[in-house]
Amino acid sequence: MIRVLVAKPGLDGHDRGAKVIASAFRDAGFEVIYTGLHQTPEMIVSAAVQEDVDVVAMSVLSGAHMTLFPRVQELLAEAGVDHILLTGGGIIPEEDVAALEEQGIGRLFGPGTPTTAAIEYVQEWFAAQQSS
Amino acid sequence: MSTIEKDVLKRGELEGLVEERDREIAALKARLADWEEAYDGTPKRESLFTTVSGREVRPLYTELDRVGDEDDGLGFPGAFPFTRGPYSTMYRTRLWTMRQFAGFATAEETNERYKYLLEHGQTGLSVAFDFPTLMGYDADHARSLGEVGVCGVAISSLADMERLFDGIPLDQVSVSMTINGPAIILFCFYVAAAEQQGVDVGVLRGTVQNDILKEYQAQHAWVFPPEPALRCIVDMFEWCSENTPKYNPISISGYHIREAGATAAEELAFTLRNGFEYVERGIARGLDVDAFAPRLSFFFDVHNDFFEEIAKLRAARRIWARGMKEKYGAKNPDSWRLRTHCQTAGVTLTAQQPENNIVRVAYQAMAAALGGTQSLHTNSMDETLSLPTEKAVRIALRTQQILAYESGVANTIDPLAGSYYVEALTDELERDALALFEEIDAMGGVVPGIEQGWFQQEIAGSAMRQQREVESGDRVVVGVNHFGEGSGKLEIDTLKIDPDIEKRQVAKMAAMRAERDDDRVHDTLDALREACRTEENVVPRILDCARAYCTLYEIRAAMEDVFGAYKEPVFF
Repeated sequence: MIRVLVAKPGLDGHDRGAKVIASAFRDAGFEVIYTGLHQTPEMIVSAAVQEDVDVVAMSVLSGAHMTLFPRVQELLAEAGVDHILLTGGGIIPEEDVAALEEQGIGRLFGPGTPTTAAIEYVQEWFAAQQSS
Repeated sequence: MSTIEKDVLKRGELEGLVEERDREIAALKARLADWEEAYDGTPKRESLFTTVSGREVRPLYTELDRVGDEDDGLGFPGAFPFTRGPYSTMYRTRLWTMRQFAGFATAEETNERYKYLLEHGQTGLSVAFDFPTLMGYDADHARSLGEVGVCGVAISSLADMERLFDGIPLDQVSVSMTINGPAIILFCFYVAAAEQQGVDVGVLRGTVQNDILKEYQAQHAWVFPPEPALRCIVDMFEWCSENTPKYNPISISGYHIREAGATAAEELAFTLRNGFEYVERGIARGLDVDAFAPRLSFFFDVHNDFFEEIAKLRAARRIWARGMKEKYGAKNPDSWRLRTHCQTAGVTLTAQQPENNIVRVAYQAMAAALGGTQSLHTNSMDETLSLPTEKAVRIALRTQQILAYESGVANTIDPLAGSYYVEALTDELERDALALFEEIDAMGGVVPGIEQGWFQQEIAGSAMRQQREVESGDRVVVGVNHFGEGSGKLEIDTLKIDPDIEKRQVAKMAAMRAERDDDRVHDTLDALREACRTEENVVPRILDCARAYCTLYEIRAAMEDVFGAYKEPVFF
């Protein structure tokens, strides 16, 4: 079973998207852990390690994505768990999405994305991992 | 003729009238039945025919929907129960206040944007704070990293507040501040900034959002647990009623509840029930309800469903008026009168084909005006992409001006009154809200409902239902699940926040800390901590801290020493 940590980093309280995607992942048969709000990158990585997840999905609507995604990526590597897929979504301008994906962050989804697109992405990534 | 004979005659006349009315109703029913036959025999479009909140809408409403509604829930504008508007002359005397919410980067940049908006005909200011400020952190706090000045303006002390309003006379411009968890602290920075300008604080006009209940339910920018947080709010009611009588110490907000996913009826019910909770807390403190209730103000979302939103605003006024008069015994009509700000629904904006948002916003703005709002913020078309550019903000403001000056909606008061559909919807929403009040009361009230996660789960459940409708394609979102254009390339400019702002703000704070009188900082913080432990009103103590240039986080931390911090119940 695919284990996903849905995380809300930073001070932003907008959790409608995080809760919707957490419910949709659960309905798709994933094992879902939701961190709750106002998490630091350290808290998120420690939860990811403790819960032994395959995927960390972060929701960022605060504009702080250029700080938060690379920081979590760095801490995952430091913890020796960079096999975990770091993906997410939120209000992230296109050029920032491109820059973050360039740095090795997984796909980032914007407003209006159907939950099925994120589910399929995670499933495909997981299947590719299993077969490699 | 004897009195008895006269009464018999009168009764005869009345019976005649009743019979005539019965005949009219029977005739109407017959005509409706004919129409229904024709309707049933004709093919219909594939469509949900429900509001965005999932409310069933019938194909036709008639005079029959008004039969039996003789308790006169309408009245006249400016008179109980205020369904037709809080004021008797409404937009004939004064148009709604066009108040665009704005704030980004540092106090200096936002100050320039305010001056720009005032020059372009905006009539009030509305401050958007960044996330660190909303959560009570200073710009130089570790938790603020990457978020300073990004989603709003960073205000960490009185020094920033002085810069924010530099050259803007606070005795002349009304200012709304969207802040909740640490609202009492930012309010004191604002009062202290007015003092610095030499303004008599008694003339200050404006509003601080200060609605903590909906933070626990929906928006999530909290600091303290519910009980001490509510105590601070009542302290504000008390202090403001004595010192700033024209200032609204709270804006009871449905906006965030709706944006988080609630239906129109849930937004209406949760907001008003929160409002009544504040009233109960004020009364429990021993305050005279008529001393503080006239300054309670509201803030609603205006979503896509045109008529449901209009009906929601009309129902809100009626429920509030009846509750305040009949349940809480308020005697001053100003305590019954619900005054509200509205904002178009951010959640309806689409990242795809963003120019379409201009049209969505215009319809929503029209619903707000037809619903009788006192002030309005219209969203900018690019807000799903970034903070709005100057051009996008200007179009949003012009949308309101076209509505106010060209469309004619401001010419007559409550023009939809008497519409079979709008009146039926107004009554339905009122009934739904009262039923939700009963559910909340059965849980023991608002705070137990929050602690059990009931509000949060209701809202998340409604959000999920709406998401499913959109994903199945049943709920059409133009440009997203229907009428898409494929390419996905955006052709509009977005606003970039300079990443150096954080460094500049941190440097300014270091300079401010070096200049201030440290003894005064410690003394005022100690006095505040002491006041938190007693039943003393904390506003004068926080004002002393503000004047001593204590920072936001220092004040928050002193209060937290006594009050503790809020821990959310986590679930999804």
